[in-house]
Amino acid sequence: MYVAVKGGEAAIANAHALLADRRRGDRSVPALRLDQIVEQLGLAVDRAMGEGSLYDKELAALALLQARGDLIEAIFLVRAYRTTLPRFGYSNPIDTGSMLIERRISATFKDLPGGQLLGPTFDYTHRLLDPAIAGGEVPAPITREADVEQAPRVTDMLGRQGLMEPDGDTDPDREVGDLTREPLDFPLDRDLRLQALARGDEGFLLALGYSTQRGYGRSHPFVGEIRIGEVEVEFDVPELGFAVSLGRVRVTECQMVNQFKGSAKVPPQFTRGYGLVFGQAERKAMAMSLVDRALRAREFGEDVVAPAQDEEFVISHSDNVQATGFVEHLKLPHYVDFQAELDLIRRMRAEHDAADMKEAAE
Amino acid sequence: MTTTAQYNFAYLDEQTKRMIRRAILKAIAIPGYQVPFSSREMPMPYGWGTGGVQVTASIIGPNDVLKVIDQGADDTTNAVSIRAFFAKVARVATTTHTSDATIIQTRHRIPEKPLGQGQILVYQVPIPEPLRFLEPRETETRKMHALEEYGLMHVKLYEDIARHGRIATTYAYPVKVEGRYVMDPSPTPKFDNPKMHMSAALQLFGAGREHRIYAVPPYTEVVSLDFEDHPFTIQHFEDPCALCGAEQVYLDEVILDDRGGHMYVCSDTDNCEERRAAGHVGTLGMQEAAE
Repeated sequence: MYVAVKGGEAAIANAHALLADRRRGDRSVPALRLDQIVEQLGLAVDRAMGEGSLYDKELAALALLQARGDLIEAIFLVRAYRTTLPRFGYSNPIDTGSMLIERRISATFKDLPGGQLLGPTFDYTHRLLDPAIAGGEVPAPITREADVEQAPRVTDMLGRQGLMEPDGDTDPDREVGDLTREPLDFPLDRDLRLQALARGDEGFLLALGYSTQRGYGRSHPFVGEIRIGEVEVEFDVPELGFAVSLGRVRVTECQMVNQFKGSAKVPPQFTRGYGLVFGQAERKAMAMSLVDRALRAREFGEDVVAPAQDEEFVISHSDNVQATGFVEHLKLPHYVDFQAELDLIRRMRAEHDAADMKEAAE
Repeated sequence: MTTTAQYNFAYLDEQTKRMIRRAILKAIAIPGYQVPFSSREMPMPYGWGTGGVQVTASIIGPNDVLKVIDQGADDTTNAVSIRAFFAKVARVATTTHTSDATIIQTRHRIPEKPLGQGQILVYQVPIPEPLRFLEPRETETRKMHALEEYGLMHVKLYEDIARHGRIATTYAYPVKVEGRYVMDPSPTPKFDNPKMHMSAALQLFGAGREHRIYAVPPYTEVVSLDFEDHPFTIQHFEDPCALCGAEQVYLDEVILDDRGGHMYVCSDTDNCEERRAAGHVGTLGMQEAAE
């Protein structure tokens, strides 16, 4: 009998043993190695790192394996590990302008300094299932010398002509907020908002970004630029007096150029929507930049009429680890509360029946 | 990758514990006020007691004796899981006996046996804001608390009476603490509300996903909201517990067959067991003894 779940301890242990068995699956099939996951399921690893807010491919791969491929569960595992790590300090801002570019496209200019570089993209592939992929060998890639040409950011080029709003007016000496160390306090500044979006659920942000395109908080966006590649992470060491490199991380940056805004004092200029995500995560970076722009409605004096423009709504619900926990907690026992509701509804029905009887008798 | 992860006593690092303890002290100083704190990801999901676990982890010491209940019972799956967590990461003694525990973490119930001085009751809270379902915006509800503007809550309760002839809130029934803050007692049945009033124990509330901690210090006034002509009442059960014969306790309905057969048993399993050990027997109690 389920009552009070007698022997809960043994039941839990057994369930977890079964889980471990199902995770491994048929023992005659070779077990996945972490390097196989890192190399061949790279975008899943990237998503676990991005939304898990921890740049470590091997750990993300382990999380994916342990989660049986369930991405949100993997993200949860990564987050729960991340939160136990000591905090030594904050790195310097990364410079995406000097990125080692693997992919870089602009939808606003046909050609531009640094050129258009398609890189490893699904774009323009025909989505036909390819049986040759399963077990097939892929020829070694052809390589050539990298171009030395610099690829300045599109928004910087527009900015120099005064056509693009400046990149925020935050004091560079101001300490950046940290949503993992301080409770969120609405309304948020843009730094915290971008942090929340960067670790926000890809599907949720995708749907919200999509909604702005369909008229719920329209912002007339153009992809100024998407760039994917490695950037150096530098850390100021006070004892040394200069910054040292901690290594490189791959990031995806999306700069959305949105319709202009002007006022009596400021001439018309384009406005920005910004997306930055760990790894190769173009869909997420684009959705993030759409939502970032939508959430700046208040700043530009636009009417807040659509869900994507509503900061409390978006940021309070964008974290999939929180969302999945609370939705799934409904499967925990609630019989104490349900009993209270049962009791009330029975009393109300009894009164209702008594009133009916009385009416019939009259 | 590191081989075996090393965790601090009671899982949380000391800086985090200090941050949470500060929030707890502030909460005790302002009874019923929701103190924001920087909730951490815990190794169990949000909504499954992470707030309570963080509070417990911050206050527990090696000599504490911990009891964990869910729905009043020590052996429900989530209570078992949380108790096992602390037994593992803090190696503290655990108990199912209410009177032996120094810290009791609970979800949805307050033990039947009155708590004493020195005991701490830690509630797991899903939605700490009593006004949330009347006003979804945190920026607004914060203002309402600051201005002590609770008219909306009274209107809601009044509308219940107009529509149903009674206040239709049966659990998470709002209370006013020390004449100032309206507080959500967590989703305990309103049956338990009177136990909060002037309790000798310290009551701490943790909401992990919502980043809030609040408290009711010992011997604090906790009054359930009502109207003069519709005074607050608690649930009353017609039958006593079928196992131990207890009356004036909260009961769970257990379905026995698909023809409407059911029985009522104590929700507080420890209270029920102690009563049966003391010789109390309900209508179906003999069967239990024979098993």
